[in-house]
Amino acid sequence: MSTAKFSLTTVAIGAMVMAFAHWFHVDYLFFASYTILQFIVLATAWNILGGYCGYVNFGSAAFFALGAYSSVALIKFDAEIDAWFSEGVAGVLHHIFPLPIPVLILFGALVSGLVGFGMGYLTLRLRGAFFAIATLAMAVVLQTLIVNWDFVGGSRGAYIIRPENLEFAGIEINYIEYLFALMLLLAVLALTTARVIERSQLGFGFAAIRDDELAAEACGVPTLRLKLIATTLSGAFMGMAGAPFPYYIGYLQPASAFGLEYAVNSIAMPMIGGTTSWVGPLVGAILLGSAQQYATVTISSAVNLLIVGLMLVAFVIIAPNGLIGLVQERLRRKET
Amino acid sequence: MTALLHVDNISKRFGGFVALDGIELEVEPGERLGLIGPNGSGKSTLVNCVCGTLQNESGSVRFDGDVMDGLAAHERTHRGVARSFQLPRPFHSMTLADNLRIPLLYTVHARMGPLRSASDLEARCHDLLEMVGLAKKAKRMPRDLTQVEMRKLELARAMAAEPKLLIADESMAGLSHSEIEDILTLLVRLSERGVTIILIEHIMSAVMSFSQRLAVLVSGKKIADGKPEDVVRDPEVVRAYLGQ
Repeated sequence: MSTAKFSLTTVAIGAMVMAFAHWFHVDYLFFASYTILQFIVLATAWNILGGYCGYVNFGSAAFFALGAYSSVALIKFDAEIDAWFSEGVAGVLHHIFPLPIPVLILFGALVSGLVGFGMGYLTLRLRGAFFAIATLAMAVVLQTLIVNWDFVGGSRGAYIIRPENLEFAGIEINYIEYLFALMLLLAVLALTTARVIERSQLGFGFAAIRDDELAAEACGVPTLRLKLIATTLSGAFMGMAGAPFPYYIGYLQPASAFGLEYAVNSIAMPMIGGTTSWVGPLVGAILLGSAQQYATVTISSAVNLLIVGLMLVAFVIIAPNGLIGLVQERLRRKET
Repeated sequence: MTALLHVDNISKRFGGFVALDGIELEVEPGERLGLIGPNGSGKSTLVNCVCGTLQNESGSVRFDGDVMDGLAAHERTHRGVARSFQLPRPFHSMTLADNLRIPLLYTVHARMGPLRSASDLEARCHDLLEMVGLAKKAKRMPRDLTQVEMRKLELARAMAAEPKLLIADESMAGLSHSEIEDILTLLVRLSERGVTIILIEHIMSAVMSFSQRLAVLVSGKKIADGKPEDVVRDPEVVRAYLGQ
């Protein structure tokens, strides 16, 4: 299937979900699916570095939070324009601000992508567990910075008031539906990118790095450059996933944005689905995301991480290569 | 004729241990050089310094007229130095054909510019596997291979980068007589195609039949360099190998 066809198909499936939810008039369906879509983006982003290149990132939550907080910073900036600037400048700025969410998403991608690049440059000489520890440390450092940055709310957190509706070309759109549509597009973008990478020269280079970095280098693969591309892309997508989050959640505090939930889920979802293909994170995110939503509604929200933990343990034992690995193994056995 | 590879007085130490101590080595285009020496004499360190896996601390490595000091390993591969590893290091998640695809994509493309068509790539992978007699296993994984097949894959992957100089680091260690013959025939065939080859080996019969020239390393120093039959009679070499 060509890339264009692939993206169209995914958009069509998403539109069907959206139409379904719209038809039922259930806002909760949008809320729940938004979370799952957000995890599809996060898991796919994690997989570009973790699955394709074999570098395990424990700091996903930090990239996500950076995206969210860059939005908060821009929203707060908008609120301070009159206090900070003379009337003339403020007038011009009021034309630009408040920025629409797509711009916030781009900004979040830029910030997280840059941090990803920097982190890559500083830590990619480390391998295996040491790289993982370094990413964890980076997350802690960034969280400390945000907690102490009063402008974006510090440890108190920040309230973002979500408009009820969005007017677009004379049509009123329910804001949660708008957020859902944006996240849907991001998920399509992330999946398409991952799929394109997988089949390209870049994907082969990533796989060579994952298998044996020394041999990859001897084959002419510029490993450092490729790893920087992976950290930047992966970081940028996580930032994109985080940028609309303040509008979704309404109240953002460091403990929730940097939450363990994001770091653990973005690792667990590709692991459960399978890390070698773009399908893995998608399947993992849908499976785990839905299970968590179900548990949140029926049992309690605290059961979330317990489910992730149990499923991760089960999959590591039963299917170390994830669901995709399990299927591939079956197919190969049938062939021979 | 100017030398293809010119190793000029290079040294490398690991902490207090001097692994290479002022090595001088020249290799002419098309030559078959044997490099021998006891374990720990610095052979692999020399290979690593030439290939860019390690950087030498002093001296310089010139290849094909260019100074290569400071270049990363992949840049040296692009310039025409390829190596096989002492212990085979295949890309274990890829089929044999895909293993060869990596150097084709990253080195041959980088050198030649525009991307080859998919079918061209396919054909190249097949030719290379044919050359080492693994064409039938193109779709298999490295874990399905025997030890000697693994060595052949290693050589095929090095050759896929279309090198001017191939460094074969102990590609015959642990193989049986007939398997050694297999690999030797392969290396001679490559040499006949015009590839310059440095063979690092412990198996003397193989080294003697293959090499046109022999260099000997002992404790990071080159102690002999010349015609194989002269070198093995050199009293210093005999002393290094047999002890006195």
